[in-house]
Amino acid sequence: MKKLHIATSPHMRDSISTQKVMLLVIAALLPSAVAAVVHFGWRALLLMVFCVVVSVACEGVCRQIMKREQTIKDGSAALTGLLLAMNLPVTLPLWEAALGCFIAIVIVKQLFGGLGQNFANPAITARVVLMVSLAPDMTHWILPKTAAGNAFSYDAVSSATPLVSGNASIQDLFWGSTGGCLGETCAAAILFGGLFLIFMGIISPVTPLAYLGTVAAATFIATGSVNEMFYQLMAGGLLLGAFFMATDYVTTPITAKGKLIFGIGCGLLTFLIRFYGSFPEGVSLAILLMNILTPYIDKFTMTHPFGAVSKKKEAK
Amino acid sequence: MRKLKGIRLAHEKRTAESAFVTLPLPQKVLIPMSMHMGAPCEPLVKLKQQVSVGECIGASDAFFSADIHASVSGTVTAITDYRMPNGNYCKAVEITSDGLQTPYSELKPPVYTNREEYIAAVRRSGAVGLGGAGFPTHFKLTPKNKIEYLIINAAECEPYITSDDRTMKEKQQEIISSIRRMMKMLEIPECYIGVEGNKPEAIRILTECADADPAITIVTLPPIYPQGAEKVLIYNITGRIVAEGQLPSDQGVIVLNVSTMAFLEEYFRTGMPLVSRSLTIDGDAVDRPCNVTVPVGTSMREVLEYAKCRFDDVSRLIGGGPMMGLGLPEYDMPITKTNNAILAFTMDKPATVTACIRCGRCLNVCPLNLMPTSMEQAYRKRDKAELEALHMNLCMLCGCCSYVCPANRPLVESHRLAKDFLRSK
Repeated sequence: MKKLHIATSPHMRDSISTQKVMLLVIAALLPSAVAAVVHFGWRALLLMVFCVVVSVACEGVCRQIMKREQTIKDGSAALTGLLLAMNLPVTLPLWEAALGCFIAIVIVKQLFGGLGQNFANPAITARVVLMVSLAPDMTHWILPKTAAGNAFSYDAVSSATPLVSGNASIQDLFWGSTGGCLGETCAAAILFGGLFLIFMGIISPVTPLAYLGTVAAATFIATGSVNEMFYQLMAGGLLLGAFFMATDYVTTPITAKGKLIFGIGCGLLTFLIRFYGSFPEGVSLAILLMNILTPYIDKFTMTHPFGAVSKKKEAK
Repeated sequence: MRKLKGIRLAHEKRTAESAFVTLPLPQKVLIPMSMHMGAPCEPLVKLKQQVSVGECIGASDAFFSADIHASVSGTVTAITDYRMPNGNYCKAVEITSDGLQTPYSELKPPVYTNREEYIAAVRRSGAVGLGGAGFPTHFKLTPKNKIEYLIINAAECEPYITSDDRTMKEKQQEIISSIRRMMKMLEIPECYIGVEGNKPEAIRILTECADADPAITIVTLPPIYPQGAEKVLIYNITGRIVAEGQLPSDQGVIVLNVSTMAFLEEYFRTGMPLVSRSLTIDGDAVDRPCNVTVPVGTSMREVLEYAKCRFDDVSRLIGGGPMMGLGLPEYDMPITKTNNAILAFTMDKPATVTACIRCGRCLNVCPLNLMPTSMEQAYRKRDKAELEALHMNLCMLCGCCSYVCPANRPLVESHRLAKDFLRSK
């Protein structure tokens, strides 16, 4: 007869796990990954696989050195690697990509205590660091092969991101035949992945709606043009940021009200940076700044428990 | 009105069609002196004393307690210390049955003419809440405030358990008469019976039996756990909020379990106090899931044997439901007044625990809108002020947060400890 296992209730659990959550987000990025290969050729695949491998290796080695429990199995490092790759131009030298992975995993995540403890989104922070310190390589965009009409071959025609050039058609932006980072050009793939995550209950629709809604509203008020509004929504990294970065559990507010504030804040900052700042793109900076505000937002959006009596009221 | 949050669980009500079976009389029963919330009883019997069924064998001077009666006739063969599943000790009386089940000679249907006598009679019955918490029933019937609603808790929201469901199907007359008797004696104008929508048969039977009585309404509740939690039930039926530190009666409500009501009616008809228990035996290690009726104090091993439990496969034995039940350390434990189910499970591997990823699922399901993950963190810091600001005390340990946690954080465990921590000075 086996010994009886004593534990506190509940004695049953949902089948969801941290690993499953991470794998579902990775799955949601696959359409974008496929689009990246279609538009930018096989080097896109190389870059993505490279980032995933380096990120997982960084996590593994780092945990080993710190003599902490091994956590590469939870899938979060792989996800960070893939997300970072999505935020890089296809021509980026591999050593620079590796540096990004190191910054994301070791500096931003592990040095702050690992999964769940980092205050800023690792992939976003790594992108911002790379952008600030290696600006030429990070903003070297090539025109995707699909734009020239022959996919899967590599050609180094330089192109500006549509946010700078402003000459891509809405259709180009939707299907992704325009210059930009791996994962950000194809709006269709991002929307598909994002809606999948919402449908699976992995992310809350509040953040992307608030984020995109704010950018759309602000652009419309500033320019009065519906066309410009859609252009701003689909160009640059906004969709990728709104669905995959601003919805990161760890670095964004935990309550629905907090998510709303976070989304609106990201939207306003993105709009301000794009229209009045010195950078053409503001998504990563906006999200990073809002990440820093997250603990404060959390503090001000604590839930009101059912039947709670506040101490102040009692004193009266 | 918006209903409170919760989770959808697989109902697993495999025993909904299994009528209560009365098992062969056990040779021995062990009756703990604490089967209720409140003061434990002192044994009133001596070793080798002859007792008969329904004879009072344990009582307490405290009002917040419930009398205990012999469940078999026979001889007191031991008065021992007994370690309850929650780890505390109490006295327990072992009675060896003579197989005759002679009823106690002084038992007769209680006679009462007014409210006080009615409540005194309820007190003598040893009635406690049969839903699992074991709150002494007479205590609920003596509120300071005027009571407007009698709410009968028939939600039975825990998976597997069907003992309330079976009671509603088999003892509908008793339930309705009992409600009418209580409403009359306590002058309560309205009664609601809250049943989860996953028990259509019970709803139909009760509706029929209530016979369009305007004072009794059967409310179909959404089958969302924890519908049967007292505060949730009261809010979802009446919209009233039982605030921190309040009792339901402060909101003009009394909540009683449906099986308790059925028992009270039988007691008022026969005078036989609470000496038997009807419960569900189920779990994936049980080959014959069933509902049984046994004398209080019967060994769990006996009922599990009847239910063809594969003892070699069991690794978790639970008294109560899978969401809030207590893990039991051994098979040779007595069935008490509050055991509405015994579940035996073969266990899957323990789940891997990761750090909290702040996904917010626990906030989204907490029926009381608490912040479980923040409460866990505050407890890890042993931060009393923070725990109070988060209203830790409101937590009813329903387990929704632990159930949905992808990181498998032991949230309920932490909350249980945190509540104790706040109580300690």
